[in-house]
Amino acid sequence: MDWTTLDTWIVITGVLSAMSCALIGNFLVLRKMSMMGDAISHAVLPGLAVAFLISGSRGSITMFVGAAIAGLLTALFTQWIHKFGKVEESAAMGVTFTALFAIGLILIVRGADSIDLDPGCVLYGAIELVPLDMVTFLGFTCPQAVWILGCVLLINILFTLLLYKELRLTCFDPALATTLGINANVMHYVTMTLVAITTVASFESVGSILVIAMLIVPAAAAHLLTNRYGLMLALSMIFAATSAALGHISAITVPTWFGFADTSTAGMIAVVAGLLFSLVMLFAPHQGILSKIWHQLRLSLRIASEDILGKLYRLEEATSDQPTYTQAVAIPANKWINRLARMDLSRTRKITREQNAYRLTEQGRNVARQLVRSHRLWESYVAKHFDLNVDHLHDSAERTEHYITQTMQQEMIEELRHVQTDPHGKKIPNQQSDEANSNKKGRKA
Amino acid sequence: MSRSRIYFFTLLIIFFSCPASVTMASGLSSIRDTSMSLPSWDMLMRVFLLKDYNTRVVMFGTMSLGLAAGVIGTMMLLRKRALMGDALSHATLPGIGLAFIIMIQFGGSGKYLPGLLLGASVSGAIGLGCIMAIRHWTRLKEDAAMGIVLSVFFGLGIAILGIIQKMQTGQASGLQSFIYGKTAAMLAQDAKIIALVALLIVAICSLMFKELKLLCFDATFAQSQGWPIFFLDAIIMALIIIVTVIGLQAVGLILMIALLVIPPAAARFWTEKLLPMILIAAGIGAASGFAGAAFSALLPRLPAGAIIVVVASVIFALSLLFGTARGVVHRLIDHTKLSRKVAQQNLLRALFERSEGSRSLSEQNLSANASAASTSFKRLLLARSWSPRKLRRTIRHAISRQLVRARQYNHFSLTSNGLAEARRVVRNHRLWELYLINHADIAPSHVDRGADELEHILGPSMVDELLELLAVKHPELAMPPSPHVINSRSAAARAERHRSKTGSAKRT
Repeated sequence: MDWTTLDTWIVITGVLSAMSCALIGNFLVLRKMSMMGDAISHAVLPGLAVAFLISGSRGSITMFVGAAIAGLLTALFTQWIHKFGKVEESAAMGVTFTALFAIGLILIVRGADSIDLDPGCVLYGAIELVPLDMVTFLGFTCPQAVWILGCVLLINILFTLLLYKELRLTCFDPALATTLGINANVMHYVTMTLVAITTVASFESVGSILVIAMLIVPAAAAHLLTNRYGLMLALSMIFAATSAALGHISAITVPTWFGFADTSTAGMIAVVAGLLFSLVMLFAPHQGILSKIWHQLRLSLRIASEDILGKLYRLEEATSDQPTYTQAVAIPANKWINRLARMDLSRTRKITREQNAYRLTEQGRNVARQLVRSHRLWESYVAKHFDLNVDHLHDSAERTEHYITQTMQQEMIEELRHVQTDPHGKKIPNQQSDEANSNKKGRKA
Repeated sequence: MSRSRIYFFTLLIIFFSCPASVTMASGLSSIRDTSMSLPSWDMLMRVFLLKDYNTRVVMFGTMSLGLAAGVIGTMMLLRKRALMGDALSHATLPGIGLAFIIMIQFGGSGKYLPGLLLGASVSGAIGLGCIMAIRHWTRLKEDAAMGIVLSVFFGLGIAILGIIQKMQTGQASGLQSFIYGKTAAMLAQDAKIIALVALLIVAICSLMFKELKLLCFDATFAQSQGWPIFFLDAIIMALIIIVTVIGLQAVGLILMIALLVIPPAAARFWTEKLLPMILIAAGIGAASGFAGAAFSALLPRLPAGAIIVVVASVIFALSLLFGTARGVVHRLIDHTKLSRKVAQQNLLRALFERSEGSRSLSEQNLSANASAASTSFKRLLLARSWSPRKLRRTIRHAISRQLVRARQYNHFSLTSNGLAEARRVVRNHRLWELYLINHADIAPSHVDRGADELEHILGPSMVDELLELLAVKHPELAMPPSPHVINSRSAAARAERHRSKTGSAKRT
């Protein structure tokens, strides 16, 4: 891999465009309008074509205006078709942007000799050609695209900072925003216009597909990582910049590993963004798949061990003559989670094993007592307040017992006026063991 | 009302300017010497009588495609997944590229169509799986899931195409047609494949019609009835992938989405029933296919795929406006009719109540009075919050329908027809008020408004039920007296004045 100034410019362009897209994309993702980015980035085509036909040049300003109008029209048409035609919003979007795209395609093909626009160029851009178009401004010599994208990024950042709290409010609760005097509709259309402008600024250099990827993927990844709005904005921009830089590097290097020539940078940036997203989706601390699986596992392990303890406690209760010894048979060992739970209980010294029998330790017995207490309290509570048969109480209690806290126990015992037995006639165990209680009393006496 | 009308006209203008802008643009391009000459009569006859073999093939292909997409698109629209086709069609691209590379590596031609289609289907299915996984495992909603899959898969596809372009054995130009389509270059073989797939889709949909119908309208109910929802959804998705894959080559990627979304959305305006909707959607799809193929055969340098979509959109716009079930104009007319009827009944009730208030309430007296006594325009105006213009218009309508008679200057009274209708309306109003007071525990001073909205739509059977319910407590049901002071702005103002007077009197 040989790195040149060209590559540096390509990376800078990619990073700028990715960051400006990602910033605006947050609002699309939060307002559940991700596909609007897709729609607008396709629908700017006729705007560009008409702007070109009218002005006859590829000057940036006319293009921007044309695209902004087309983008705004997409949002408006979608809204109108949704409102007046009572068509579902996504369908309205689908109708609007495909129709506009088709019109754009016809315009371009009809004027193909005169229009210097290639639909392919709109779709995948030509980021590799960016450094060929250098301009000097204020003494700096940069590619033109860098200037344009820099301005757009600046506009987007200013927009976000100036309307920080308004945007936040409209994202999370448009109805509340409206009652507070913030016009959610205006915010919507302003955002859509910015999406359109960002799209146009980017497509010339990186293509509309990359725009869609950068609008949605970094914001979605950031959304999985944090619940805080400001942090989400910052994270999405970091993601965008990272995937742009890594994307270009991998576009140059990855295909060569398989013996091919280098490939499209825009495509690879989208791919890298996708990879980053899947990493986040797997490993995010709270929302990630692994962490979800881990928490689920922890929960089922806790439930399984508590069930074992409860079972041992009840066996002790039933055979009060030889209180501490029970048969291993009593614990269902067939399921792996139970085996795991047994190992965990032995490790934390809640049960001990002697030959083929398990025995509760004092520590284990305390936990088990709490559990059985919760179970029987819940049964009494349900029996008192719901019109259920006695034989229907157990299943509900078996599920609920694992989630009952000390305070809930206290509330229930007060509600039930300190009952001593559950509806089946079994004794509700006390908070502490009987011996501990009697010891206390003895000491008091 | 007036605001919605303004919106409506803007919509009208914009929708008609859409095709206009196309013609305008073609006008512009004619300045640049790419003139679009009108086709001769011969040409027209050749195209429409299907004399050209090529045109015949293309028309056959696009019509079958439109038909198939219309059928399966209807299911998708009703399942509220209109943009799924969008995501899936983008997701097919990497499969096409990979299939090409693999076939080249194994010494094949690389453009072997079934191989490419297989690759497309596989990668479409993987994309679908990713969407479902993201939706299931994360808090992101379906829209974000689709956006992610769409853009990342398409990016991957572009990257793979980029590799292919630089391969020695290159000739990747054919693959571009999957994105833009090459309708005009359709071969008889392609058309046959499309027709076969269309047949397959129609067959499956008609075999599973009952199940799919249930799924489309009430998935939860279907699930509770024991239908395998997931499996049914998977069938719909599989059909969508298939139709997308075969359509890619014909009309291209983005325009394929249009064929899946636009005809069903247009059909929705014409009917509330599933079977007619499917048939209409299929018809619109086929018609746009036909028209698109015809136009591009007649006029030079028009991309057929895009024309198909534009035709479909024009049909959509017309349906949106003139559809008989949910069209804008239709609903506007209904709305106008209803509000006119409501205004009419309000007028009758106001007239009745004014004349009722002036004399005694006995039965004969009442009917004699109401038809004889006249009420001035001013008093009517104060009866409710209507503008003079609206009141005048309502009175004019009522006079033309012989419900109201003009007495001397600006005084009006009920005719005997009008009296009968007024009695019915007032009775409905008061029955509902009594019902609210007796059964909903609402204070007499608060029932007027609810009754005001409901009196217009109480049917005879409802009235009978109300009579039965209220008969015990209220013997005077033939025409119950109002349970509250007849609410008018003047009465309220008078009461207000009275209160302030007595208040000030007390204070002094």
